[in-house]
Order: sequence, then structure tokens, then C-alpha cells
Amino acid sequence: MMRFLLLFSRQGKLRLQKWFTPVTDREKKKVIRDMMMLVLARPPRSCNFLHFRDLKIVYRRYASLYFCAGLENQDNELLGLEVLHRYVELLDKYFGNVCELDIIFNFEKAYFILDEFLMGGEVVETSKVAVSVSMEEADTLQETMEEYMSKPAY
Amino acid sequence: MYFYNVNELYRAMSPSVPLQEMIRAIRSARTQCEERGVIQRECAAIRAQFRQADNGGRSHNLAKLLYVHMLGYPAHFGQMECVRMIASPRYSEKRVGYLGAMMLLDEKQDASLLITNSIKNDLSHSNQYVQSLALCTLACMGSAEMCRDLAPEIDRLLRASNSYIKKKAALCAVHIVRKVHDLGELFVPAARSLLAEKNHGVLHGAVVLIIELCERNPETLERFRKTVPDLVQIMKGLVLSGYSPEHDVAGISDPFLQVRILRLLRILGRNNEGASDAMNDLLAQVATNTDSTKTVGNAVLYETVLTVLDIKSESGLRVLAVNILGRFLLNNDRNIRYIAMTSLQKIVGTDHNAVQRHRGTIVDCLKDQDASVKRRALELSLALVSASNIRSMMKELLLFLSSCPAELKAHAASGIFNAAERYAPSQRWHIDTILHVLTTAGGDVRDETVPNLIQLITNASELHCYTVHKLYRALLTDISQQSLVQVACWCIGEYGDLLLRGECQETEAVQVTEDDVLDALETVLQSHMSSPATRGFALTATMKLSTRITDNVDRIRSIVSIYGSCIDVELQQRAVEYNALFKKYDHMRAAVLERMPVIEKNSSGHTNGETTGEAIKDIQPAKVKQGELLLPPQPANQVCDLLDLLGGSDETLQPSPAVGAPVPGLLINTASIAGGDLLDLLGVLEPAPLAPVLTAPTVPVYEKDGVTLTLSCEKQSDTGLTVTLTASNSTESDISSFTLQAAVPKSVQLHMKAPSGDSLPARGTAKVTQMVVLNNPNKVSLKMRVRISYTSQGSAFQDTVQIDSFPGLDAAGQ
Repeated sequence: MMRFLLLFSRQGKLRLQKWFTPVTDREKKKVIRDMMMLVLARPPRSCNFLHFRDLKIVYRRYASLYFCAGLENQDNELLGLEVLHRYVELLDKYFGNVCELDIIFNFEKAYFILDEFLMGGEVVETSKVAVSVSMEEADTLQETMEEYMSKPAY
Repeated sequence: MYFYNVNELYRAMSPSVPLQEMIRAIRSARTQCEERGVIQRECAAIRAQFRQADNGGRSHNLAKLLYVHMLGYPAHFGQMECVRMIASPRYSEKRVGYLGAMMLLDEKQDASLLITNSIKNDLSHSNQYVQSLALCTLACMGSAEMCRDLAPEIDRLLRASNSYIKKKAALCAVHIVRKVHDLGELFVPAARSLLAEKNHGVLHGAVVLIIELCERNPETLERFRKTVPDLVQIMKGLVLSGYSPEHDVAGISDPFLQVRILRLLRILGRNNEGASDAMNDLLAQVATNTDSTKTVGNAVLYETVLTVLDIKSESGLRVLAVNILGRFLLNNDRNIRYIAMTSLQKIVGTDHNAVQRHRGTIVDCLKDQDASVKRRALELSLALVSASNIRSMMKELLLFLSSCPAELKAHAASGIFNAAERYAPSQRWHIDTILHVLTTAGGDVRDETVPNLIQLITNASELHCYTVHKLYRALLTDISQQSLVQVACWCIGEYGDLLLRGECQETEAVQVTEDDVLDALETVLQSHMSSPATRGFALTATMKLSTRITDNVDRIRSIVSIYGSCIDVELQQRAVEYNALFKKYDHMRAAVLERMPVIEKNSSGHTNGETTGEAIKDIQPAKVKQGELLLPPQPANQVCDLLDLLGGSDETLQPSPAVGAPVPGLLINTASIAGGDLLDLLGVLEPAPLAPVLTAPTVPVYEKDGVTLTLSCEKQSDTGLTVTLTASNSTESDISSFTLQAAVPKSVQLHMKAPSGDSLPARGTAKVTQMVVLNNPNKVSLKMRVRISYTSQGSAFQDTVQIDSFPGLDAAGQ
């Protein structure tokens, strides 16, 4: 299972953090710092796999963002790369040519998409189409409810 | 107006900005301080908004707070708001509320208990997206109690008709089982039936759940073995099916599901012939048909290989798997090479020959730029070293060591040492290899390397000349590598005479003068790069040279006396003691500083740092066949070693302990080293009574210049014997510093007790008795050589006598 997923920029700004096991705030900060240090120090065209404590770290850089996942020892690293790639594709489909700013300004949407794709550290839906459809429907539900409650449209 | 109503002030200063406005404001802050200011204002506004009644903007406020939290600022005051939002009937608020709960709460917080009820309610909500929120949150942060509470509900949902909910319920069940293992039983029937579903999401979830259940409970595993045919069927469908747009990834149909099923098959086939047979064909099919041009195909192949190697597969399939790994090793993609080596590492023990075939490629990976690949290659290379390839492998490994990243140096060095120790084709090669490592990575080797290497060197007696020459030259080049310098100093101290002799068979002759050698040692002593331990080595080496060189003994004397006032306590102590050796115990100097005996493996040297009386006691019996006690030169105890030199080769004479009035410091050291009592060292031997036995016959064994020595002995056991030597002085002048040293044949164990004194007053008014305890297990012909030394009328005398027969024993000395 995946223990955590982190998205951060080249400058070390965290854009998304998802933890699949209970971790104290202090420990989270430490892991984030360590991950950034390890990953940002890697030269380009390096191997995408690292060792950190008892975990395998799989990371990949997409434009200005690093996607970094902590996997357990028996997990398939190559598949981990595919998981990261799938998530990027889902973001891309949703936002249309996604860039870092989209994730910054719509971070809650990024989380919602993630929750449709991964759950409890495992892939919950293997079909790209199914995830997109779910997101659309959920968003529609949200808007409908809002209109119904006649709140100022946001 | 300057004074506003506080509420108006709030409103005026911080209207409810939309989320994106706030983000923009934060990002445009130019300094950390400015950013903090903006955030403080926003948080104040958010807090105020939370306190107000429902104003329809709650979800935006919470979202803002979550953003602030992601930047690293405290947001715990939002926890209760999350709880409230989750309970709201509005989907938008629930959505953000649950997100907030997953971000701000965890099972350790009390507030998380408060959402249990909401989750419970939402699990049976009419809208699947609300259910989904509850399931997701439960799977993310459900505590053990919550899991126990809600497990039956999850089980119900597993059987619900909607695949959207089923797939999420399955992963929720996985979380529950991980948290509360016993609940696994509950989900077994549902999991089994889910395998019949067509929806990939549900299938995937089911497989993950079954893997979890089987890994935790062997009985469950047995039951699920029956599903192997079904799993094989599903897999076949995926592999052989045509293009499926919904699940296709670069030509592979649903690689996520494929990998999962392969993992489950691995678990089910492990240690089970029947199950392994049933999946054999499928695995062969996947291995051959999967397209390996893209990562995704290789991910599936990788999982297949892991499965084949873990189950009881037939040999053809195994070969196929290892060949796939071999292909991976040649892949341009670093990631693929990396995982190939990881997998090969797993099987290097069981399929050693198969992995050996790829040794060349693996060794090439040592030169890869990437640190991760290098590390894997190092591990694997070390595992592949064998007696037949040791020379070529070592060349590569040493090359690697000189250029490898710092974090791998220590590991590489110790791996090289281990390999060298196990497969060294010759002693000279072994010593050369270790020296090479010390020169390239001396700073990263383990502490035991120094005594290990010294032990190795003493064992290779024909190479002493070569070794000392090499080390001397290394010392001249570089004195920064402490381990190397320590070994070099030790060798120069020991074998300095060979160094000075000049000619050496194995290396070119180099003229080294005594001054050169002393210069080198002094450089080490004075250098700020040398650690205290190293300087200790150097000082002792200098001292040892005093018996091995002829011209510059005075120089040594002056070095030693200078360090008598050194700030470093250890060095000072040594220097003072060596000084004493020069002044008061000069007659003992040669014996004390003699060549070290060959150190055996597993001698107390490894524990000498923390040595106790027991350690030395234990070693005694084993060592005794050479009649030696071995105390390798650990610097901290080096001084004590000199006095502890009980025995040696049969040429070395044993100084009797506790001579007269020695320097107090020395006595204390020996006492602490020997665990308090030097006399207890030879635990094997029975303690002989101190008083000489009166009934035993006494024979004179030496008589010269008025000094008489008589001997009597008494048998203690079948092999044990106590010999008492009595000395008396019939001359007109007193004799002082009277010492006896004894040596016996190799197989005989010797222990000298403290003499009764060291002065023989004139005209035989008092005698000196010395007890010697012997053990002759091999029952060899017993002989003893005694050296007598004393001072009379200001001059030192020394003489030796050989005793061939012992009264009370038969002719064979039995």
C-alpha cells in the first residue's frame, strides 16, 4: 500500500499531502522535509526510486511539480510510477492541460480527484473514464445543492 | 472617523474573501513576514466566521483554512468546524468537511470520535456520493473502535448492488482488516463472491481484500486457494482480450488489476505444488506475450517474474524469469536496471549460477552515474564474489571504491574485506588488497580493521619485509588515513630492522636510514591530523625501535622524554613508562620489546578494549600449545601488554610479575587488565600453595659468584607440577634487583608466581623464593631454562642455567 503521497514544487513548496496511515503532525513535517531534501537533490535522468527508512520512494517530476509516493517494501515500484502517471492524467483531464497553478488555486479539487482514484493507499478505480464521470457527477451534485440553497454562486 | 465598532472593523478589514482571492493575496506576499501577516488576518476572519451562524459561506471558510494548513500554519481551531460541516445536509459542506477531517483530524484526536455517528449515517445515505465520502474517510482515518463499530455496515455494502459503492466498500474493508485483524473473518464470504463481478474497480478491490485476508490468516489462505482457477481465468481474459479503451494503458489491459492478480497468485502458489501447477501456463503466457517496450508492460513482467521466482514453478519457467531479468539488466531505462538488480538480489542465494551468468552486466552497473543503481550493483556484486572470480571482481570493486559516493564507501569497504578474507588467493594479495582499501577509503573502515590487518600481517611471516616497506612508503605519501597510519606505525615498530636492512625480494630496494624512519614516526606524532590513538601507536613504535636500531637510541630516548610532559594523558603515561623502561628497567627492555608472536584469530585482541580477567582466562587453554599468551597491541592497553607478556616463543623469557617496587602506575594497570589478580590468569592450573613444600627434595641447580639457586618440585596432578626456586647470596655484599625468568618447552604451560622479594642480603642471611607452576599435558620431556639477573656492587649481572632434571620426577620428567 501507499503510505503517503506528496506534491511539491522545485522551490520546496508543498502543494498536496495525503497520508494513508496515522502520522503525528511533527512526523509529517519531518517526512516532508526529508523527502524534499532527498528528491530535490537528485540529478535529472536519475533512477526514480529511492530508499528512505523502510520504504521505497517513487518519484517523478512533471513540469514544475514533483510527485512523490512512499511505498511499502513488497509494492511494485514500476506500477507505482504508473499510479503517479495516472493521477497526473486524471488531473489533466479534469483541469484541461493542468499546470501547477491549477493545483494551487483548486487544491480541494485535486484532493477530491485523488480520493476517487486512491483510497486507503490502494487504487480504487482503474478506469480513467470512470473517475472522470464520478467527478463530474459529484461536482454537479455540489452545484445543484448550492443553487437549491440559493447561496451566492461561487 | 477613527473609531469603528469592532465588528465593523472586522468586516471592513477582512470581508469574506473568496478562496482564490486569499490564495492570490498570500502568494503575492513578498516576504515571509508579510505572508504571516496576511494569514493571521485571514485566520482571524475565518475564526470569526466560524463563530457566526450559518451564513452559507462555511465551506469556503473551511477550504481557506485547509489551504493555510497546507502551508504549514496551525489550523486546529478548525477541527470542530469540520465536525459540524460533516453533519450538514449540504453536499458541498459535507465534501469540504470530510476533506478537513482527513487533513486535520486523525484517530488520535478526540474530535475524530465525534464524526463516527455522521459517518455511520452517511454510510446509508441515499446518495452514493455521500456514501462515498463516508467510506473514503473511514478508510483514511478510521480508528479501531470506529472500524469495529462500522464493520457490519461495510459488509452489508459489500453485497450492495452498486459497483461504485462495492469497490469503495472493499477498500474500506481492507483498512478495517489492517486495523482490527480479527474482523477479517467477517469479510471472507463477501470477498469470495466479489470475484465473480465484472467491474474492474470491484474486482481490483476484491483482490486487494483477499490478499490482505490471506496474508493475515493461513487458514483463510487455504480456503482461497480454490480460487486460483478463477483468477487464472480473469487474468487470461485481460491478457488475451482485444483493445479495451476503458482500461487500456499503452497496449496493456488494466495493468493495475493484472499486477494485483499476479500478487495474489504469488501468495496462493507459495509452497503449494498444486496451486503453482495451475498457474504455470498462465505465467508463461504473460511472460512471453507482454509488451516490454514501455514501463507499464515492464511493471507487469516484473510482477510476473517475482511470482514465478516465489512459487514452486517448473524449471523452464524459472529460467524464463531469470532471462527476463537479464534482459532488464540491459535495458536503457535506469529504473528497469534498478529493479532487475533488486530482484536478482532476492534470488542470488537460491539461483546463484543463473545470476552469475549476468555478472558482467552487473559489474558494469557499478559504473552507472546513478546512486541508486550503484548501490544495488554493489550489493549484488558482493554477493557474486566467489573463489573463481575473486581477482577480477576485486579489481572492479577497488576501482568502484575509489570513485563511489561517500555514503556507500563504508559498506563497500567492509564488503571488500569480507570477500578478501573468504577468497584471498594468497596472503600477499590479501595484504595488498587491504592496503589498497586503507589508502582509498581509510576513513570509512570499521574499527576492527586495524587489529584484523595486524593479525594478518603477523601471520604472513615471509611477507614482513615486503609489508613494512610498502607501509613505510604509504606513510611517506599520506598520513591522513588513521587506520593506515596505525598499521604502518605498528609494522615499522615491529619490523623496523627489516626496513633498515634495505633489500627486499618483492619490492625495489630502497635505502632507508634510521633517521628517515624516526623522522616518519615523529611526523605522525606531531601532526595535527593524527588522532590520539594513532599517536599512541607511533610512540610505541618509536620505543620498539630502540631495540631494533643501533645508532639513534638517544634520539628515541629524547622523544620519549619529551612526551613525558605531553598534555594528552594517554601519551604522557606511555612516555613516562617508556622512560622508566629506559632508566630503571633497561635490562628488561630487550625482552619486553621483542618481536610479537603470531597472533591467532579470535584471540582476545578483539575484546582487548574492554578486556576483563575472564576474557584472558578463557583464552589461556587454547593458546597454551604454543606456550604463548597473546595480547595484540590495542593502544589503550599497550603499556599493560608489556608487563602482561607472559610467555612468547620458547625463546622468550617470562618476566616474573610484581617485581620489587615497580612504578605504581604499571601495577595498577596490570591489575585492572587482569581483573584484579595476575595470579588468577591461568584458571586451568590449580593454585599452588605459596609456601614451599618442605618434604620435597631440593637440588642445587646453579652456583656462581656466590649466588646459589636450588630447586625443589612437587607434583600437583598427573600433568601439573610446582617448582620452587630458592636463591641465596653467600657473598660479602648485598644483591639487589634480583629477578628470575623462566622458559619451558612449547607444549608446557608456565606460570610464575610473585617472588618473595628481590634482594639477597649478604652472607645468606635471607633467601628469595620463587614458585613456578607448570603444566605438562603432552608429557614431554621437561626442561627449564632460567635466567638470573641481579645487581651487585653497582654492576648488573646476568646468567642463564638450563635445568634438565627435576627431583621427584622420573627421568622423562613425568
